[in-house]
This record gives sequence, C-alpha cells and structure tokens, in this order.
Amino acid sequence: MKVTLWGTRGSIPTPGPETARYGGNTSCVHVEGDDGSQLVLDAGTGIRRLGDTFPSPAGRVDLLLTHLHMDHIQGLGFFAPLYDSEAEVHIWGPASTTQRLARRLTRYLAPPLFPVLLRDLPCDLQLHEVPCGEFEIGGFRICTAMVCHPGPTVGYRIWEGDRVLTYLSDHEPALGMDRFELSELDPEWISGYELAADADLLIHDTQYTHDEYGERIGWGHSSVGQCLTFARLARVKHLIAFHHDPARTDDALYRVLNEAAQAEDLPFRVTAGAEGDVFKL
Amino acid sequence: MTQQAIEVILTRQLAAHLSMPTFLVGADGRVLDFNPPAQRVLGARLEKARNASARELADLFEARDEAGDPVPAEKLPLLIALEERHPAHARLRIRGEDDRERELAVTAVPLIGQGSRFLGAIAFFWEVGP
Repeated sequence: MKVTLWGTRGSIPTPGPETARYGGNTSCVHVEGDDGSQLVLDAGTGIRRLGDTFPSPAGRVDLLLTHLHMDHIQGLGFFAPLYDSEAEVHIWGPASTTQRLARRLTRYLAPPLFPVLLRDLPCDLQLHEVPCGEFEIGGFRICTAMVCHPGPTVGYRIWEGDRVLTYLSDHEPALGMDRFELSELDPEWISGYELAADADLLIHDTQYTHDEYGERIGWGHSSVGQCLTFARLARVKHLIAFHHDPARTDDALYRVLNEAAQAEDLPFRVTAGAEGDVFKL
Repeated sequence: MTQQAIEVILTRQLAAHLSMPTFLVGADGRVLDFNPPAQRVLGARLEKARNASARELADLFEARDEAGDPVPAEKLPLLIALEERHPAHARLRIRGEDDRERELAVTAVPLIGQGSRFLGAIAFFWEVGP
C-alpha cells in the first residue's frame, strides 16, 4: 500500500511561512492499495487538494472518519468526488449513542454553515457506522475500535496482506494514569493497543510537549513522550508523529521531536509527518 | 491477551481516582478490578477475588442483610446488575479481614457501552455504619 499525508496539523489549519515545512492543513491521509483501492483517512482541510488528484469519474472512494471534530471534517464539503455523479463514496464514521452519523454530519453540511446539503450531493453516497467488527474494502482488511478521545472516536487498523497501517490521529491513552511509563503499562488496559500492536506504520497523535500535556489533560491528545512510550509498547516498526499542535512552528516541531527521540534508544524509526510525505508498505 | 473496551478502561481509570470502594466486573462475570478503597474496606481477601467470578466473590464475603440473615448471591446488587442487567441497591453487612463487621450501602449498575454493547457491571460501596 502507498500512504500519503495530505494534512498533518491538529485542531485548526495553520497556513503561513512558519508551518510551510510540515504543513498547515488538518488531518487527511490517502491510502492506495496494490489493487487500486482508495481509502481516505479523515476529511480535514488536506482533503481538498487530495480530491483534485482523483480521476473523473472517481469510481469508488472510501472515507474513514475517526471522529467528527471540526478539524477532521472541515474539508469534507470540498472533496471533489462528492460532486462527481459517477463516483461511489462511502463514508465510515463513529456511531454515537444519540444520533445517526448522517444527522451529525448534516449539522455541518447544511446552511448556515455550508450551502450544500448532504442529501443533495450528486455522488452515490453511502454512510456506515463503526465500530462494526472487521470489514473489507477492496484488498484491505480493516478493524476499528473506540479509543480515548472526547466524544465517539475510533482508530483504524488496516491490513493489506501481512502489512499493517494503524491510524490513531487523536488519542490520549495516558488519560487518568499517574505514570505512563513502559514498566507500568499492561497492554490489556491501554487504549488503542490492539489496533497498534506490531504495526508496520503507526500514525499517531503527538500534539503536546510534556509540559503542555500537564495543562491539557483530558483534551484527548498525547505528548510526544507518551506517544513514543505507546509505540514502544505496541512494538511498531515506524512511527509517524501527527496532529501537530497549531502553535508549533516548523523549527519548534523539529526540535521537540528530535529531542524526545534522541533521549531514548528507540527500537523503531520516527518521522515527523509532513504534508506530501509518502510511505510504501 | 484481549484489550479491554475503551469504556471499561475509562471506568477503571475513574475508579482508580475515587474514594468510594468500587468493583468492576466484565461481561463474562469475572472481577476485572477493584480500587484501593475497596481493598481498605473489604480487606486483603480481595486479592483472591481478582479474576474470580462475581458469584465466587459473593461467597467470599458472606454478606448478610440488616437482620443478620445471609443474602443469597443472586440478591446481591452486583449479581443483579450483571445477570438481570438493571441497576440495584442494597444495604449489607460484611465482615472484613480485620474481623470487624461493616454495614455497607451497595449500588451496582450494568455497563452499557457504545452501540448498546453489554460490557459488565460496576458496584460502588458506601460505608454507612459499624
């Protein structure tokens, strides 16, 4: 599979010269299977540029949403295949205890926030609620599970053959723990562990520094250090730091990640996710 | 090893921060966890309760009602929450490992997660008298 990052920023788009290297668009990742199957992970603002790369007609596209916070759906209305009458677009998103996925998406894709109603989109649009066990899309096998983040939020584990990509864009596995240290952790009690275990590529929330996390406990995100510990626990092979804090400039992001990664003898590779990065599994 | 559902993980995290003695039981009826205040009130016998079934747990504590009569396991709030899947409340007398009898108010509720998944039950204990 080929994994391309189209938006790596958390919370709010941050265009500007100080974020040009890693990018200012919010969460969006494209996954292309060996058989041509197309997955899009989240519909942050990065999805607009991605949408322009799809052929017309776009065929089948599956958009997998982790949750419905604004930074993960803000680009949805600008995703070109939605306006392609010959495209078949499947949107997968977390179930809630109160409202159907369509109704919750309509809160954004409707006036006064957006001029086009979800039901008026010309594509063949199909909505699916997750988690719903394992399912298959083309050559991909996909498993979802609820993870620790405010509101219904899921993570995705995507197999193609024996290769595994795990996507945990917004994740706070350390919530409520006094010490998030490897020696203290029992995988049975760690959010997201099964999704990430032995993944070839883990895309994971690294929004905060250690000090910032202390002031934002419960906001649903991880510090860089917590993410490194989680990745070590899960024995991943390659970690992509993701969901960068909007206040983090390129230079600061590079410094924070490098300092954290160099402080430990890590058994996996770490990459600061940047728009345009491509990874082949 | 199967990872617990996020709702169960978060419930355990909550219990770890409460001063109220709390028991967490999985959907299969096994005791998943109890917090330090539960250990204080119910004694070191709790170590035997880890991974025991809720019914074995009931036997372990020989609960009695306010009149001093034994309470059958199926009448205990945790068993009711687990097996009948509705909230239950009772006042019970339990003798701790320190041989002191305590009167406890117990409230148990089933844990129903996202998608109406039944995940087990949680019981809160409140010491109401010697």
